[in-house]
Amino acid sequence: MGIYSCLGNTLEEVRDSLYNGKSGIIFDPARKEMGFRSALTAKVLEPDLKKELPRSQRVFMPEQAKYAYCATRDALRNAGIDQDYLNRNEVGLLYGNDSSTVPVVNAVDVMREKKDTTLCGSGAIFQSMNSTVTMNLGCIFKLKGINLTVSAACASGSHAIGLGALLIQNGLQEMVVCGGAQEVNPYSVGSFDGISAFSTRENEPEKASRPFDRDRDGLVPGGGAATVILESYESAVRRGAPIIAEVLGYGFSGNGDHISSPNVDGPSRSLEMAIRRAGISKSDIGYINAHATSTHVGDTNEAKAIFNVFGEKSVEVTSTKSQTGHEMWMAGASEVIYSILMMKNDFIAANLNFENPDEDSARLLIPGKRVEKHFDIFLSNSFGFGGTNSTLVIKNL
Amino acid sequence: MEKQDLIAKINSALATEFEVDESVITPEANIKETLSLDSLSLVDLVALIESEFGIKIQGAEMVKIQTFAALYDFVYDKVR
Repeated sequence: MGIYSCLGNTLEEVRDSLYNGKSGIIFDPARKEMGFRSALTAKVLEPDLKKELPRSQRVFMPEQAKYAYCATRDALRNAGIDQDYLNRNEVGLLYGNDSSTVPVVNAVDVMREKKDTTLCGSGAIFQSMNSTVTMNLGCIFKLKGINLTVSAACASGSHAIGLGALLIQNGLQEMVVCGGAQEVNPYSVGSFDGISAFSTRENEPEKASRPFDRDRDGLVPGGGAATVILESYESAVRRGAPIIAEVLGYGFSGNGDHISSPNVDGPSRSLEMAIRRAGISKSDIGYINAHATSTHVGDTNEAKAIFNVFGEKSVEVTSTKSQTGHEMWMAGASEVIYSILMMKNDFIAANLNFENPDEDSARLLIPGKRVEKHFDIFLSNSFGFGGTNSTLVIKNL
Repeated sequence: MEKQDLIAKINSALATEFEVDESVITPEANIKETLSLDSLSLVDLVALIESEFGIKIQGAEMVKIQTFAALYDFVYDKVR
């Protein structure tokens, strides 16, 4: 695993941030000057890769590709995989990403102002495509297996892991680099702010993201990148790899309904499918990492779906978005890493700012404070615009 | 602009953009080899010179420019 997040850039930092209930949310004055309704965002600094990658590679990388590079570099190192291994084996790459705004804005500005497309530069086309993360990572790490971007809105990172597991289960790949990346800049979320989706609790940034709380008023955008290395069990054993966890089940569904409002039936079917495919009983699940983004309808309908599947207060449910904000295309992957870090260290991070439940969240077991608990299986939900749902069930090894 | 000033400006801009020591840029050196340019990064050189000096370089013109001395002459002629 490797991560580049507002909670830290190493697994140890992120573990400690989760344990201590640190918030990664800030007020960004520049957004206010740009006319944003909400200037809240997660704080993620763009890495300086000048000493690590030549200009000829960096020129094709927008910010989210840089985050993904850092997360993937660390994940490969942590998994004991060097360049020689990548050169000799067909390692795949499935990564969630669903926008690349700044390069598009910059190129369009140049075209409109200068009327000369040459001035867009050589990197613009490669930076501005949705598949920019997989094209960059594939070339930098010389990956020779499947190379595919998963664009499924806020479920992208989760689907990437689920699909990677399916490829391995079906014998099509022995190892797949999976993850999700999310750009963190005003232009990429301006139109999202424009539909009043963001919390306006600007005087209390750390209290703005409050999934499941009665007084939530919207999400806070975040980002970065998270990478997990999926590998067949046989290959991992053969390599003597540090095996962390197993993808037991991947469930998915489409709502076939409204473009922005989630429903209850779609997520419920995704949850049921993941549990069924994991071959476990619901009572085996020791923690649920909810998608809950801190929006009214989203959290309400997810609470209903979880209640429908698990019943009343049967297992701890939290949303780590209370600390990170909504990491969108990255979230499905980062939340698997957050949950694994909790599972490996016997705790469930507090659902920050859960002060008063509403009618639906009152039926779930949502700890507003950290819980010291050992668990060996968790379930992670990710839902996206257009009604794309993904659920992963992960087991400790 | 005096030619020496123009040469200094070009060298400084190229060294910064392509991350090379300015001392490797000599009049008779080959541009592509010195700056490690391929067909893509050559676009960035053209864009850089166009932006710096407010001129337009056609593809056919750039093909003929192999050395830094040729680049200096070309830009000097254009801006005069």
